[in-house]
Amino acid sequence: MDKYAFLFVPTPTGELSMDSLLSLLRENARVSLEDAALQLDLSPEEVAAQIQALEDQGVIRAYQAIINDEKLADDAVTAVIEVNVTPEREGGFDHIASRISRYPEVTSMYLMSGQYDLMLFVEGPDLRTIANFVSARLSSIPGVTGTATHFRLKTYKHHGVLMETDEQYERLQVSP
Amino acid sequence: MNNMSVCKSHRERLAKTVVDLPRSGIRDFFDIVAQMKEVISLGVGEPDFTTPWHVREGAIYSLEQGHTGYTSNLGMPKLRKAISGYVERTFGPSYHPDKEILITVGVSEALDLAVRALCNPGDEVIYHEPCYVSYRPLITLAHAVPVVAETKAEDGFRVTAAQLRPLITDRTKILMLNFPNNPTGGGLRAEDVKDIAALAVEKDLIVITDEIYAELTYDRPHVSIAAMPGMRDRTIFLHGFSKALAMTGWRIGYACAPPELTEAMMRIHQYTMLCAPIMSQEAAYQALQQPERDIAEMKESYWRRRNFLHAAFTSMGLPCQKPEGAFYMFPEIRELGVTAKDFALGLLDKEQVAAVPGTAFGPCGEGHIRCCYATSMEDLKVAVTRIERYINGFK
Ligand SMILES: Cc1ncc(COP(=O)(O)O)c(C=O)c1O
Repeated sequence: MDKYAFLFVPTPTGELSMDSLLSLLRENARVSLEDAALQLDLSPEEVAAQIQALEDQGVIRAYQAIINDEKLADDAVTAVIEVNVTPEREGGFDHIASRISRYPEVTSMYLMSGQYDLMLFVEGPDLRTIANFVSARLSSIPGVTGTATHFRLKTYKHHGVLMETDEQYERLQVSP
Repeated sequence: MNNMSVCKSHRERLAKTVVDLPRSGIRDFFDIVAQMKEVISLGVGEPDFTTPWHVREGAIYSLEQGHTGYTSNLGMPKLRKAISGYVERTFGPSYHPDKEILITVGVSEALDLAVRALCNPGDEVIYHEPCYVSYRPLITLAHAVPVVAETKAEDGFRVTAAQLRPLITDRTKILMLNFPNNPTGGGLRAEDVKDIAALAVEKDLIVITDEIYAELTYDRPHVSIAAMPGMRDRTIFLHGFSKALAMTGWRIGYACAPPELTEAMMRIHQYTMLCAPIMSQEAAYQALQQPERDIAEMKESYWRRRNFLHAAFTSMGLPCQKPEGAFYMFPEIRELGVTAKDFALGLLDKEQVAAVPGTAFGPCGEGHIRCCYATSMEDLKVAVTRIERYINGFK
């Protein structure tokens, strides 16, 4: 159902609260069943069943924390790598993409329109590790015809979360 | 000789209407809360969201472009046009952007203009209580006579035609409505709206409808009285950006009404306000580029918090109507044997939670407190625990 239909329709129930449940989990995956139930006007059992269904269908793949790397003591490096590949006769991009995506260094990966084919986010403990990954592993995969590596300098926002908190603005405590 | 002795005190100089004007109960309460630290406040009347970024960005851009002058008295033509489109697709009636829409400094100003444009001394204005704090003062400032219909928890804080009919006299000129309602969260059903509209037509009344919370209706589609048969030409439809679009500080709202009424309100507005601030008009224009999307996100979050707070009050045994709209809950504390004011003061003192005594919204708000759930889930949870502890102290 169209998300914005929510605006002018009766209480979301059934299918619609699947959307509501997902948007709640997107905001806070650690919400308890009891809490989610109260907020969505469902029973905890119903919430549990819906979450189970979403997991079974593969809609929810995992639950993770969003971390501001810059607060960490290590010197971990993230690179974005543009990759050009020759699609295979059978399987197109998917086969080669699947091979690349299995490397644990690759944290995100997308097939792109435009100048290059695949975009990879690669993480490593230092520059050298990433350089090695590109030269030794990535470039040597049959079908990879070119790469361009860009290093991340600073993170402003990650998965919808700003890495810096705005100064708290004092709202009036009581207003009409 | 000391001629100081013939000097009147300022109080003696003041206009009688102002001397008689009570201080807002909200104001009194605000002064108490302001002296306290670490308060969790359920006392606000505004969203906890900041204005959507694209709206703020649009306003910043307009400032960079040097849009810093006056606008036409009615407001910027492009904004009136955008409002006309939004109102028609959301509420039904179509208003001509050049003659039937006036941009105001919040719905607050629009309410004042509407009442003043219509009332002669002694005219009667019917409105319902508990209601927004400005209604009664605006009526008396216009030298008109306020006539109150009390709404009740057991009716879901609705007002009905049957209840209004006996209040109508030959001096009745205006019926003021506000649904979804501040402070009760009450809403009207389509049948209620239809019956009230028929009554207004029968008795030849003008209806001022403050639908500032219209988009924040959770259980059924909102129905505007302006869309009822025969109503468009006797209705002043008031709406704004403060609530559903989280723009309270921009001070921007609007009135939609037939040309003669718009012209009359504009005549006051042009001399008292000239125009609404241009940067706020630019922001409002930007907000109307994708209002449905922005509103849906915020609304869903209010909806969740409403469900949470209602369930929490119910489970602690606090009788509470499930509000149909806005972001207020109006639980009943009567059975605890304290006045609303004492309850609120005690809650503040003992548990550092601020909620507004129902009496700030009219005498019939006694026995209730207004809790605004437009605050973070974390704070709501803490507030709920504290309120429960506080009411257990009465048992
Ligand atoms: C019912 C009602 N009408 C009008 C207003 C004033 O809104 P604005 O910010 O548009 O002046 C409020 C604000 O709390 C309200 O609750």
